[in-house]
Parts: sequence; C-alpha cells; structure tokens
Amino acid sequence: MSTTATAPRPAGARPGQERSYLGVETTIRSWLATTDHKRIGLLFLIATAAALALGGSLALAMRLELLTPEPLFMDDLAYNRLFTLHGVIMVWLFMIPVIPASFGNFLLPLMIGARDVAFPRLNLASVYVYLAGAAVVLGGILASGADTGWTFYPPYSTTTPTAVVPVLLGVFILGVSSTMTGINFIVTTHTLRTRGMHWSRLPLFVWTLYGTSIIIVLATPVLGISLLLVAADHAFGLGMFDPARGGDPILFQHIFWFYSHPAVYIMILPAMGVITEVVTTFARKNLFSYGAMVVATLGIAFIGFLTWGHHMFTAGMSTFDVAAFGALSMFVAIFSAIKVFNWVATLYGGAIAVSVPLLYLFGFLFLFSVGGMTGVAQASTSLDVHWHDTYFIVAHFHFIMVGGTMMAYLAALHYWFPKMFGRLYSERWATAAAALVIGGFILTFSPQFWLGNAGMPRRYHTYPAEYQTLHVISTVGSWAITGGLVLTLVYLIVALRRGRPAGPNPWGSAAFEWQTPSPPPRENYITPPVIDRGPYDYHPPQQEHEDHG
Amino acid sequence: MHAPRIGARTYLRTWIALLVLAAATLGLSFLPLGAFHAPVALLIAATKAALIALFFMHLADERGSIPIAVGIWVLLLAVLVTLTAADVLTRGEMLRPPASGP
Amino acid sequence: MDSAATAPHLASHFEDLAKQTHAARLGMWVFIGSEALLFSALFALYAAYRAAYPAAFRAAAGHTDLTLGSLMTGVLLTSSYLVAMGLARVRASRPRGAAGFLAGAVLLGIAFLALKGMEYAEHFRAGIYPGVGYRSATLPGAGANIFFTLYYAMTGLHALHVLGGVVLLIWLAWRVRAGRLTAVYHTPLELGGLYWHFVDVIWVFLWPLFYLLR
Repeated sequence: MSTTATAPRPAGARPGQERSYLGVETTIRSWLATTDHKRIGLLFLIATAAALALGGSLALAMRLELLTPEPLFMDDLAYNRLFTLHGVIMVWLFMIPVIPASFGNFLLPLMIGARDVAFPRLNLASVYVYLAGAAVVLGGILASGADTGWTFYPPYSTTTPTAVVPVLLGVFILGVSSTMTGINFIVTTHTLRTRGMHWSRLPLFVWTLYGTSIIIVLATPVLGISLLLVAADHAFGLGMFDPARGGDPILFQHIFWFYSHPAVYIMILPAMGVITEVVTTFARKNLFSYGAMVVATLGIAFIGFLTWGHHMFTAGMSTFDVAAFGALSMFVAIFSAIKVFNWVATLYGGAIAVSVPLLYLFGFLFLFSVGGMTGVAQASTSLDVHWHDTYFIVAHFHFIMVGGTMMAYLAALHYWFPKMFGRLYSERWATAAAALVIGGFILTFSPQFWLGNAGMPRRYHTYPAEYQTLHVISTVGSWAITGGLVLTLVYLIVALRRGRPAGPNPWGSAAFEWQTPSPPPRENYITPPVIDRGPYDYHPPQQEHEDHG
Repeated sequence: MHAPRIGARTYLRTWIALLVLAAATLGLSFLPLGAFHAPVALLIAATKAALIALFFMHLADERGSIPIAVGIWVLLLAVLVTLTAADVLTRGEMLRPPASGP
Repeated sequence: MDSAATAPHLASHFEDLAKQTHAARLGMWVFIGSEALLFSALFALYAAYRAAYPAAFRAAAGHTDLTLGSLMTGVLLTSSYLVAMGLARVRASRPRGAAGFLAGAVLLGIAFLALKGMEYAEHFRAGIYPGVGYRSATLPGAGANIFFTLYYAMTGLHALHVLGGVVLLIWLAWRVRAGRLTAVYHTPLELGGLYWHFVDVIWVFLWPLFYLLR
C-alpha cells in the first residue's frame, strides 16, 4: 500500500488524550477562543442541542394544551406566542445550523484532508454571532414574545403589540452567522482539498454542504432585508408593505419565501448528505450512482430557488404565478426521488450491518418519502386550496423537514459520536431510544394528516370535540419523542465518561474521515493525506486483503 | 495567480468609458423614447456594471469559480425579479394594490 | 515568490500564499454575491411596485434632483477609478502615490454622502418622508408614496454601505502609508477595492431607477 487514504494512519497514533484535539489544551479559554473547526463544531453541537431542548419544550406544552377541545391551561395569546417561538427557535436556532454548523464544521476539513476551514477566525466569529442572535431572540421572548407565527406576515406583524422587533433582529443576526459558515464552506471546498481529492472524489456529505452553502449565501440576505423592512415598519412606520401607503403585503411573502423555501433545502440537503454517508458505510458498498447523486444535489439547490410561490397559492397571487410555481415545484420531487431510489439501490445487495445510525436511516426514508409525496400532492394547486393552513400542512412539513432533519441529525450523532469523542455508546439503549423517537414521531404527526384533511385549521388552541381522539394520539406521540431524546442525552453523556474506546474506525468504513485516529489530532492528519480512490470504495482491485488488516 | 494583470492604462480607459456612458444615458433620458426608455437605460447601466466588474474588479483576469459565482448571482436576480414582477403584472384588477391612497 | 517575505502572512493551513490569496479573493466575491442578493430583494420590490404604479413612478422619478443624482454618479465612478489606481501604485511599489489616490477616493466618498444628505434635506423640506410620514402636496397618492419609501430604503442602505466603505478606505490608506501593504502582500487592499467597486455598481443601477426613468 502506498498512497491511499489509509496511509495517514501512523504507528502509535492511538487515541491518546494528550494528542487529540480534545486533550491538546483543556482550559475554558482554549475552548471559547478556539479556531479549531472541530471544537467549533462541538460548540455548535451543544448550542443547537440546547435550542432543541427549548423548542421541544414549547412543542410539548402546545401538545399538552391540545389534549382537550376546551382551553386547558393557556389562553389564545399564550398559545400564539408559543407556536411562534417554537417555530422561530426550531427553524433558525436548531434546524438551519444543526447539521452544517456542528457536523459540517467538524467533518468538512477531515473529509477533504484539510487542516482547517479556509477562514478559522471567521468561523469562531460565527459562533458568537449565533449566540448574540440567540440572545436577542430570547430577549424578545422574555420581553413579551411575538405572536405572528415564524413567518412574520404583515400587516399583522407590523401592528402587533408583542415584541416582534427583537425577534426579527435576532433572526437577522442568526442569518449573518449562517452566511459566515456558508462563505467558509464554499471557499474551503474550493481551495483546501488535499492532493488527489478531485471534485469527482468528494464525499457526498461535502457535496451537500457545498450546495447548502450556496443556498445560505444567496438566500439569507433576501430574508435579512425582508425582516429589516418589517422591523422598520413596526418601529418607524416605513410602510413598505402597508396598503394604505401603496404597499402590497403579498410582496413581503414573495421575498420572505424566496429565502424560506430554499431554507427547507438548507435543512434537508445536509441531512441527505448524512444519509448517504451512513448508507454506504453500513451497506459496505459503493453508491449506486455517485454522479446521479451529485446532479440531484445541485439540482435541488437550484430548483429550490424557483418554487417559493407554492406557499402563496391562496394568498392572492396571480393565477399565472400559481400555475408557474405549481409546475416548478414538482421538479423538486424528481431530484428527491433520484436520491431515494439511489439510497435504496445502494442498500440492495449490500452487506448490511444493522446499527443505530441505520435505524435512523430507515426512519428518514419513511418520513421523507411520505412527506415528499404529500408535498407533490399539495403542489397541485386545487388540492392545496383545501389543505392550506390546516394540520395537513403541519403534518407534511413535520414529516419531510423536521422528520428528515431530526432523523439525519440523530443518525449523524450516532454515526460520528465515536469519531468525535473516541468512545462507543450502548447499542441496546440507543436502539430503544431510536424506537421511541421514530415511533413517537410517526404517532405524533400521522394523525395530523387526517385532522387537516378533516378541516382542522392550524394555530388554534381549541377545536371541536370530534377531533379529540386524533389530538390525544398526537399528544401521546410527543411524549414518546421526548422520552427517546432524553434517553439519548443520558446514554451519550454516560458514554462520554464510561464508554468503551472506539478505536479509529469502529464501523469499518472506507470514508476518509475514519482513516485518522478517533478523536482526531489537532492537525486532523499527521501527514497530509493523498487520495487515490473514491470515498465509498470498498473493493479496490489490488488491496482487498488489506481492508481487514 | 493571474498572469495578465490589468494595469493603470486599462483603469484610465475604463474610467473614461464609464463617464461617456453616464453622459450618454443622461442625454438619452431627455429624448422621447417611449417604451424603450427603461430597457435602454438599464442596458447602459448593465454595461457600466460589466465594465466595473471586468476591469476595476479584475473579473476579466479570473478563471473558474469566481465567474461562475457572478453568473449564479445574475441568474438568481433574474429569477427573483421576474417571478415577483410577473405576479403583479398578471393579477386581476381586484387583487392589485389600491391605485390611490390617503 | 520570496518565501521569507511571504512567511508572516501565510496561515498554517494553506500550502502557499498564492492559494491563500485566491481563497481570500473567492471569499470576498462570495460575500459580494451575498450582498448583491440583499439589494436584489429591493430591486425585485422596485420592479413589482413599478409594474403596479407605472405612471406614478414616472412622475415621482421626475421629482428627484437630477443634477445632484448625476453629480453623485460622477463622484462614485471617479472614486472607483482612484481606488483601482491606488492598487496599481501599491503593486508598482509606490506607496506614497497609492496613499494619495486612496485619500482622494475617501474624499469623494465623503462628498457623495454630503450630496446625499443635501438631497434628503431637500426632500424633507418638501414633506417627502418615507412611509407614514409622507405628506407631499405636489405628489399625492399611494404610488408616489411607495416610490419614495423604496427610494429611502434603497439609497439609505446604499449610503450605509458607502459609509462602511469610507471607513474601510481610511484604514487601508493608513496601512499603505505605513508601508504595511506592499507589492508582495496587499490582499486587504484588493478585497477593500472589490467592496468599493461593488458599492459603485449598485449606484450605477440606482441612478437610472430613481432619477432617469421619468
């Protein structure tokens, strides 16, 4: 063996604490002022987990309120604030940064054989900008919350007495943070690939991060300006969308969704990347078609920009635009379907090793497919008129966007946990938690398809008594998800302290990031690696016998 | 690094061209061009922007990723403007913003 | 390239300075693309509102100060030329000339802001404020109102960028003067120049939209 990616595994580079990025320095300052992409990834992992806990608690409270048709323990204003903050926190503090900023930061340089991202100090700044944005949002919540929904539609958002301005500004600041991450990833991928790492050898996770970064960089500023305009209207009466001043509220929806629809792909594209990494490792097989996967990734990134109007079919947009956006929206399904078939075909005939990441992969495939197909149904505008603003929409986007992202997040956490910390967790507890989370998710959101189809509108805290059975099922499901997530937190913390050492490559993966010690040294690779194969090459012609060495 | 470096002489020519174009579009704005008014003015503006990008910003010397990035931006600008304006242009009278306000 | 001269500027995760400079330049272009989309959203709003109120927009565009607007165009185009020349002089190892060009660009940037301020003051006297404050007697109506809301939003955001650019140019001129940016290493000046030219490009479009399309 000469210059394969397995070369940088030097003798004696066992995961000794003093050599790894975790052990090289241990002061608090060395963490808070770090420019190491791996530590920054961990900082984001902790911050986004806290956001998940907060946003999840709000969801639990909402589901509890919905246990009974009559108000249980909150009034309508409290409920309005709750679903607004749940949406704001889950979208901007959790789902958008969770995979790119935590796993992406940790893994992108490892996967392309670089020592760090292109702009390490910008990377550190993105952490603090994120925290500042989160602080401003939380300040708004403590002041009096916002009750506009996470979409901030005018004219209501410009007149509400609640503290919508700090929430808007906080989200704007969070957008700056994700733009920093996006710029960093694009430039890193272009300039810091190691020798032999051609574009055709990039791991799919890197491709999806690249596509995501393009969306982040180009769409986030449009969101930023729409939020600033609403904030200026609320604060000084700018009146950009005020009909009395010649404005048109529908135009806000246009520029808001120009970002917020692609934002769905900011969440789901990295999730697809995670799923691709997991499927190849646990099927012990090359991807069914690497090229189709890359084309589909870039296709989704581009078509995602052409479909924003499908959020506005009933908003008063022109019939011409409705037809155009309806047709364009269906194209996304083509690329998504290419990916689903690709994953399934990769599993087919593979030497499948059942494990916790793979369980979450199955959860992802189910939720993503059902969510995707209900999405195609809604792209037919006549059906959307019936389902618009009902629980059907809520169920659809929780399946595809939240379900997809959550499953991939948990798959990534369980797949790369040994890489990050050099420890193994308890498979048994993890399997139980996966069953709770996946089962709970289906239990929570499946009934909402029926509720919505039967006419239950979203964003109400009371409802007619005949809907109660389905609501109760949904609420019970939310408890199962919570139980699974709390369990996950517990056994992972236990594993941090008492887990068995993982060794460099516990899954026997061919992917590049596993070819360095776990946890990796500060410089990622002892010597810069040279790549002479694809990322999922399990059967290279001459060295088959070495794979088991 | 890029070898054919754009230098002081190109900068001077670009500056003069920009001022000439600015004068031209200013003059044209006084002529009765009717429907061609806006397209002509925007075409000249786009030409000026292209000159600034190509020579002041050295886009003419760049290869690969940077021209692609610029192309993607132009494409998305076109998408955003076209589909948004198309909505207003193709709406029925009832759904248009009020023609007059207080 | 002389490795002794480049060493202090080279970060450890790059192979050589050429690659690092390319990364910095690409990063700046991506950032500019992001900034461009910030303005694009406003351009889209302008297009949609102009489609809704064609006559009112023509009338209102005839009401902005064409002389001041054209003057500002000349000022910004010239300042861009001066920044480009500053870079050329630094590359030719003539720091004093370079600092002079940059100082000229700074002055023109400040002149631009002064002219913009004069124009705003002129509008305020005529009762032309953005949004709910709008009370122009000569141009009543919703179309003119939204035209001027857009006018303030877009030129205001642009003026903020000019202000940021002026501060940036002052810092760069000072560093050139102090000999910190040389023919070997001048990436900050290159990036600062890119930003300034971008701000110029935005104005090249704002000028016809708000002054010429009468």
